[in-house]
Amino acid sequence: MSAVGSADTADVGEDEPTARFEALVGAGEAVEPRDWMPDGYRRMVLRQLAQHAHSEIIGMQPEGAWLTRAPSLHRKSVLIAKVQDEAGHGLYLYSAAETLGVDRADLLDALHQGRQRASATFDHPALTWADTGTIAWLTDGAAVINQAPLCRTSYGPYARAMRRVCQEEAFHVRQGYDLMRALCEGTPAQKAMAQDAVDRWWLPAVALMFGPPDTEAGGADARTAAVGAAVSRRAMAWGIKRHTNDELRARFVDSCVPQAERLGLTLPDPAIRWNEESGHYDFTPVDWDVYRRALGEDTHWARQRVAHRRAAHEDGAWVREAAAAYAARTRDGDGAADQDAGAHGHDRTEVRA
Amino acid sequence: MTTTTHTHTAALALGDDALVLSHRLGEWMGHAPVLEEEVALGNIALDLLGQARILLSMAGDEDELAYLREERAFRNLQLVEQPGGDFAHTIARQLYFSTYQHLLYARLASVEGPFAGLAAKAVKEVAYHRDHAEQWTLRLGDGTEESHERMQRACTALWRFTGEMFAPLDGLDLDLSELESVWLESVRSVLERAGLAVPEGSRTGAWRAGAGRQGLHTESFGRMLAEMQHLHRSHPGASW
Repeated sequence: MSAVGSADTADVGEDEPTARFEALVGAGEAVEPRDWMPDGYRRMVLRQLAQHAHSEIIGMQPEGAWLTRAPSLHRKSVLIAKVQDEAGHGLYLYSAAETLGVDRADLLDALHQGRQRASATFDHPALTWADTGTIAWLTDGAAVINQAPLCRTSYGPYARAMRRVCQEEAFHVRQGYDLMRALCEGTPAQKAMAQDAVDRWWLPAVALMFGPPDTEAGGADARTAAVGAAVSRRAMAWGIKRHTNDELRARFVDSCVPQAERLGLTLPDPAIRWNEESGHYDFTPVDWDVYRRALGEDTHWARQRVAHRRAAHEDGAWVREAAAAYAARTRDGDGAADQDAGAHGHDRTEVRA
Repeated sequence: MTTTTHTHTAALALGDDALVLSHRLGEWMGHAPVLEEEVALGNIALDLLGQARILLSMAGDEDELAYLREERAFRNLQLVEQPGGDFAHTIARQLYFSTYQHLLYARLASVEGPFAGLAAKAVKEVAYHRDHAEQWTLRLGDGTEESHERMQRACTALWRFTGEMFAPLDGLDLDLSELESVWLESVRSVLERAGLAVPEGSRTGAWRAGAGRQGLHTESFGRMLAEMQHLHRSHPGASW
C-alpha cells in the first residue's frame, strides 16, 4: 500500500483524494464510477476490462467455426447457447468499461485497429470438433480460476459484471468436460481426436490465459519476473487483482490434472508430477520466448481473428447507420428502437454531428 | 395408423423448417452488425433448434433425421434454406417466416391435436421472433436510403418463396387459405409502415408452390447439408 501511495503523491495536489481512495480500497469497499480514483488505477482497470471484453468477442470465433458442423443436435444447441453467452459477456464488460468514461464504439475501434488486444489464447485455430470441448474445459476452466477472484475486485461495476459472467462460465466448463467425456468414452477415433485437441490447447491455456510469469520459477528471466511482479503488486495493492499470475496458474494445473486422469487423457507435459512438499503439482515453466512469440502481432491467426472481426463490423456499418437514422426520427416513439441502436445510440451520433 | 402417418408428415415438415432456418441463422454468429444481434440471432436460432428437436423426435430419431437424410428427403420450405445474403435478406426471411409460424402455432395451440403442446410453448418464442423481424423491417425500410434499397431488394427477392407456406400439408387440420389471407394482411401492413412497396408477382417458389415439401430444393441447400452432416457421417455409429 505504501509503495502505491508514494508513487501517486508525485501528482501535485492529489495527496488528499489519494489517501481517501486508499482508505476506501483498504477497507474493502467497492470503488464506484463517480468516486475519485488515481489515473493509474483508472487506466489499469480500463485496460483489463477492455481486453477482457475483447477476448469474449474474439473468443466467439474458434468455437463459432464449428456451429454449422456440430455432430448432434444436442451439442449444437449447447454450442449456440455458449457462443451467445460469450457475446452477452462482452456486452456486460463493455458496459462496465463505459462507466470509466469511454465509448464502446471507441473500444471496438481500438480492437479493430490493433491498439488493444484480446487474449492471445484465441489466436489458435480450432481444427476439430474436440477443440470446442477442449476450449470450454481448459480455456474456460482457466478463465474461471482467473475470474472467480475478480468477483471481489475493487472496481464495483467490474466485480458485478464478473459475478454474472462467472456463473455462466462455470456452466460452460462442465459442458466442455461433458463433451470430452463423450469423446473419451467413444470410438478410438473420437478418443484420439480428444487427445490431439488437448495436446494443442494445453500450452495456450496454461501460458496465455494467466499472463506473463511474475516469478523466475514461472519461466521468466530475472528482469521480466521483476516487471511482472511489480505490475502484480500494484494491481493487488489497488485490489484489482487478488492473486499473482503464477499462483493462479498453479491452481489451474492442480485442478486439471485429476480431471484429465478421470478422462483418461494425458496432459502434454512430462514434468507434471505431484509435489508432496509444496502440496501442488510441478509442471514445466512456461517458456517466456514462446509466450512472447505467441503474443506477437504477427501470427497468422492473430491477424485472421481481428480481420474477421473488422470485416463483420464494416459489413454491418449500413445496418447501424439505418438503426441510428431510424432512432433519431422516432425518438419520442419507439423505445426499443432507441435501445437497439446499440453502439451508435442517437445521443452520441448527435454529439459527433 | 393413417393419423400417425399424417402426424409424421407434418412433424417432419415443420421440424425441417425449424432445423434449416436455425442453421442459417447460426451462420451469422460472429458476423452480426452489432453485438446485440449476435445475442438476438443466436437466441432465435436456439429457439428454432429446440422446436426442431421436439418435432423431429415426433417423427423418429432427431439425429438420424437431421444428419443421415439426403437433400431429396428433406421437407422444409425453400424459403428457410435460402442462403443468408446481407442482413436485409435475413430480416426479410425472418419477417415472412416468423409471421407465418406465429399464426400457425397460435392456431395449433388453440385446438386439440398432436401439436398443441409444442405450439403452446413455441408460440411465445415465435412472438418474440416476429417482433424482432418487424422492428428491423421498420428500421431498415425507414432508415437510410441504402438500407431502404437493400430491404426492398430482399423483400422482393424472397417474395416468390412465400406461397409454399400455405400449400396443403398432411397432418395439419387447418384452413391454410384463411391463414394465408391473414399473413398477407399482416406482412403488407408491416411493409407499408416501413415505407416499403409490397412485392408483386409470383409466389410459387423456384419450382412450383409446395416443392420444398416434396423434397425439391434449391441448389445451395445441398452444400448446406454437406457442411452440417459431414462430421456426423464421418463417424458412423458414434455417439457425441
